Amino acid sequence: MNLFADAIAWIFSPDRAAGSLPLSQAVWTHLAFTAVAVLVAALVAVPAGWVIGHTGRGREIAVALSGAARAVPSFGLVLLLVLVLGVTHKVGAATTAFVLLAIPPILAGAYAGVEAVDRRVVDGARAVGMTPGQVLGRVEVPLGLPLLIGGLRSATLQVVATVTLAGYVGSWGLGFYIVQGIQLRDFSQILGAALVIVVLAVVLDLAFALLERAVVPRGVAAVRRT
Amino acid sequence: MIEFRSVTKTYPDGTVAVADFDLVVPPHRTTVLVGSSGSGKTTLLRMINRMVEPTSGSIEIDGTPVGERDPVKLRRSIGYVLQNGGLLPHQKVIDNVTTVLRLEGTPKTRARDRAHEVLDVVGLDRALAERYPSQLSGGQQQRVGVARALAADPNILLMDEPFGAVDPIVRAELQTETIRLQQELNKTVVFVTHDIDEAFLLGDQVVILSAGAQVAQVGSPSEIVENPASDFVASFIGVERGRRALRPKSTARGTVLVDSAGRTQGVLVEGSQ
Repeated sequence: MNLFADAIAWIFSPDRAAGSLPLSQAVWTHLAFTAVAVLVAALVAVPAGWVIGHTGRGREIAVALSGAARAVPSFGLVLLLVLVLGVTHKVGAATTAFVLLAIPPILAGAYAGVEAVDRRVVDGARAVGMTPGQVLGRVEVPLGLPLLIGGLRSATLQVVATVTLAGYVGSWGLGFYIVQGIQLRDFSQILGAALVIVVLAVVLDLAFALLERAVVPRGVAAVRRT
Repeated sequence: MIEFRSVTKTYPDGTVAVADFDLVVPPHRTTVLVGSSGSGKTTLLRMINRMVEPTSGSIEIDGTPVGERDPVKLRRSIGYVLQNGGLLPHQKVIDNVTTVLRLEGTPKTRARDRAHEVLDVVGLDRALAERYPSQLSGGQQQRVGVARALAADPNILLMDEPFGAVDPIVRAELQTETIRLQQELNKTVVFVTHDIDEAFLLGDQVVILSAGAQVAQVGSPSEIVENPASDFVASFIGVERGRRALRPKSTARGTVLVDSAGRTQGVLVEGSQ
């Protein structure tokens, strides 16, 4: 028996369109969890990161926070939040856990981007009479955008992989097949679902890689080419 | 007129950058602050447009202390040229030059027309307006920096070692251009450099600074060379050596001047001026 062939056969089997959880629905739920978690995390972490990068204040806290957050086991966090928020708020609990996981890389990307801007350029912008807000909005944010997108990229990858755990607390997303597969000892189902997650991750990574290149400001890209 | 009144700047770590500094910068003249690194010359310059706040003392522009003015408005009213231009790398030359005008709300077309004029003034081809700073040479970037500073037609121009990062040939060219510009525009220029030759070339008034922005001597280049106030000044400007230490040598065709290395630097023309 060939496990990979079976897994691929599982993915493309007509049964995937039917049943209690059709594959397409699982993919969309998976992506929806990812998108919502990354968006909410970005709403919090991007402005915070910009302020930290611009003022240079709170940097130590941000670094410590990101470092600590990387050590938090995501599975434990999901289960803990389900217990804390109660079984009736499983969606909220799972999403909160994913948001918390997505914040550190986005925060790091936002402040690192602003910090990486040549101090002489910032100095010049201030010296010609830009307000602190204009320095941030017109100079630091556009020049720091590639690093911010890099932060969003690693957050998205981390979350898209971790959303698999949502299948453990509810019958959502591609993780559900894996959890169910373990119980049924159906290895082609486990591997099939895992492969779909891998494809999602690769496609998202590729999209972000393109975006990262697209946001490099033109005048800056001109130097890199030579 | 810019006036420094017992200005002191002490940094939080205890470094005294400027101690009890007094100076009058006359209008429509070029004043050059010259000193080695650590002499506080850049700090002095940056206190004029409140990029640095003095610890005590005051700086007045035409009788108004700068401390009473809004820093953002103050900076927009003063041209500032930084070393390496300090241009925004993600904006085209034209947008860099119009920065101050656009910040002040000048309509786009009028700002662009003005930018093209200023590019002419600093001797840059208008075709470069649509390029990015990284696509220009060091000397061209520096001219864009000057154009940006001049765009809003400020009375005061601050120049912080603007030609420090370009090669000697381009530097000489930019220095000549600066003299020409000053003759045309008559701004009050405060220029910072560590190069005494540059100071003597450009300055109407030269201020020689030692550590902690102590004034070693203030005067015109001629006054300083003819009568150095101290051994420090004499050695700083190099009157005993190099190109400035000239002695006469008689030849068959008249007297020539030779430097300390014995190279003939010029011919002594008697009875002129």
